[in-house]
Amino acid sequence: MTDQLTFVRNQMLPPQEPPIREAGVVKWLRENLFSGPLNTILSVVGFAIILWLAANIIPWLLHSVWNANSLGECRQIIAATWGEGATGACWAMVRERWHQYLFGFYPMDMYWRPTSAFFLMFVALAPVLYNNLPRKMIWFTAVYPALAFWLLWGGSVWSPVVAMLGFVVMGGVFTLLKDRLGVPLSAGIGFVAAAFWWLVLQGPLASAIHSVLPIGLTSVDSDQFGGFLLSIVIGVTAISASLPMGILLALGRQSDMLLVRTLSVGFIEFIRGVPLITLLFTASLLLQYFLPPETNFDIILRVIILVTFFAAAYIAEVIRGGLAALPRGQYEAADALGLDYWQAQRLIVMPQALKISIPGIVSSFIGLFKDTTLVAFVGLMDPLKGITQVVRSDINWKGIYWEPYLFAGAIFFLICFGMSRYSMWLERKLKTDHR
Amino acid sequence: MSESAIDRSKMTISDEVAVQITNMNKWYGQFHVLRDVNMTVMKGERIVICGPSGSGKSTLIRCINRLEEHQAGQIIVDGTELTNDLKNIDKVRSEVGMVFQHFNLFPHLTILENCTLAPIWVRKVPKKEAEETAMHFLHKVKIPEQANKYPGQLSGGQQQRVAIARSLCMKPRIMLFDEPTSALDPEMIKEVLDTMISLAEEGMTMLCVTHEMGFAQAVANRVVFMDQGQIVEQNEPVEFFRNPQSERTKLFLSQILGH
Repeated sequence: MTDQLTFVRNQMLPPQEPPIREAGVVKWLRENLFSGPLNTILSVVGFAIILWLAANIIPWLLHSVWNANSLGECRQIIAATWGEGATGACWAMVRERWHQYLFGFYPMDMYWRPTSAFFLMFVALAPVLYNNLPRKMIWFTAVYPALAFWLLWGGSVWSPVVAMLGFVVMGGVFTLLKDRLGVPLSAGIGFVAAAFWWLVLQGPLASAIHSVLPIGLTSVDSDQFGGFLLSIVIGVTAISASLPMGILLALGRQSDMLLVRTLSVGFIEFIRGVPLITLLFTASLLLQYFLPPETNFDIILRVIILVTFFAAAYIAEVIRGGLAALPRGQYEAADALGLDYWQAQRLIVMPQALKISIPGIVSSFIGLFKDTTLVAFVGLMDPLKGITQVVRSDINWKGIYWEPYLFAGAIFFLICFGMSRYSMWLERKLKTDHR
Repeated sequence: MSESAIDRSKMTISDEVAVQITNMNKWYGQFHVLRDVNMTVMKGERIVICGPSGSGKSTLIRCINRLEEHQAGQIIVDGTELTNDLKNIDKVRSEVGMVFQHFNLFPHLTILENCTLAPIWVRKVPKKEAEETAMHFLHKVKIPEQANKYPGQLSGGQQQRVAIARSLCMKPRIMLFDEPTSALDPEMIKEVLDTMISLAEEGMTMLCVTHEMGFAQAVANRVVFMDQGQIVEQNEPVEFFRNPQSERTKLFLSQILGH
């Protein structure tokens, strides 16, 4: 047939199974571990290292002691059970001090407050993270910040309520002026009105209502916060505030308005050019010089604001990458349909740009959450350094080395791994391009 | 695409002006893209704009809905002059539909959502009504069964038909086509051209940048030839193809029809 010039196929060939040596475990081993001399050597060396590590770590974990009152007692138990010279983990420390890792010096009889705030947080986050839940739940999300603040710090219930009303003022002013003055200007006026509310009216109004209707919880000071309570308060607040701020900065950086663009670029470049610790020192020391002497601006709040700025600058750049990846045609199609700037951003540009930026945004969030341990440098009780120091300054636990870090590290890992898995799930769910 | 099959009964040209372009000039930096363009489009006209690449034909129709800004002269669309006034620009854009070479559907929205988005947000049409209109136009472009798919799941020809339906959902008075078939495989060009022909049969005012000379002969009432940012020649299609006047036009036609 091959030497004929014309050829017509009358029957199409059916697909066939691959040859047997091209499938199964043997193929996998040969391809992945022993595909050549170099790979074979590397595989053998790699196995040797893994075995050596396991030989050292597994006995240490197997010899764990959970019931003891001090490190010395732990060592005695290990020596008595496993013989002189045996090593073992002393988890008794975790058993005795776990509450400090979670709550710092928060008063013990009020642990229910941060605990319920923590679990309510999931209810508040759920409608944001999963869109198949009832949309009404978003109202709980909206009041949650005030509720959590009140549960954690206590004091009069009216302070957070009046503070939330500031947002109502902002929204009201914005809706009233939007049609007459346009979106940017009325948003600006709304913000100024809300700032006036918070700075001038907030205090007197809250105390006036409180004197009539005194409802409140026992106040807890910020210096009693510590451990993962502190990390989560700073981390979650900064994460939720930095995303919208990052979006606005990314849009500002692309704006045609010179002033907006210059301010955005200046902010982003300044914040990114400075180490976070510098900003934290600014929060703890410098701000005190600029603010009027009698103001008592909470240290945790100051740290949250600067951590938010820091994360927002990075997120703005991540989102700018997402914006750059969008084809120009998307903007043109939105324009050609008559959508205005904010509609086009909200309905066309941001859903796509944010989707592209999910891995980068979540990386920033994970980085931010781990960076909350840096608050140790301004004297707050972070779970890694602050609380561990407290534990080790106890004569009973002096000299304990690996266990506190492993414990705190494991909790950090769980939270960060959770965020990472969520982002992967979200990416898969939003994948509609079918490439 | 035989001319006899096309229903010309509704293809009437009224004496109402749809687009009026007077002494319009545009520059990209130092480059003078559009030079003193004058053009009047009456309601109901089907105009095909052709010319070599870089001749400014796409730029010209993109100026009509202000995707490009002109620096001198005047463009009046449906009685509204295009200036820096954003309100006027949005008004013109909502009256003028545009179909792009690369479809530019929104990949994160379903076909139906692509079609209802602008009516809901720009025209403030209730969602249900917008969906009914969208389904009506999806029927018209013959792909109602794809309504709940995403653009990425459709072929190029189907996507371009969705893009046409999306524009029609805004009930535009004028439709602009910017090389609607240039990015399509040959097998899919016909389905898009058929859609455009049926649109012409209903009396839509159309400005179409295309190299499909068969389409020009079949439905256009005027062919405009551009070169180096200027309108070099315009005529009704039979005369334009049979008896081109300028040397540039003759050369262009011999190149695209020569084989």
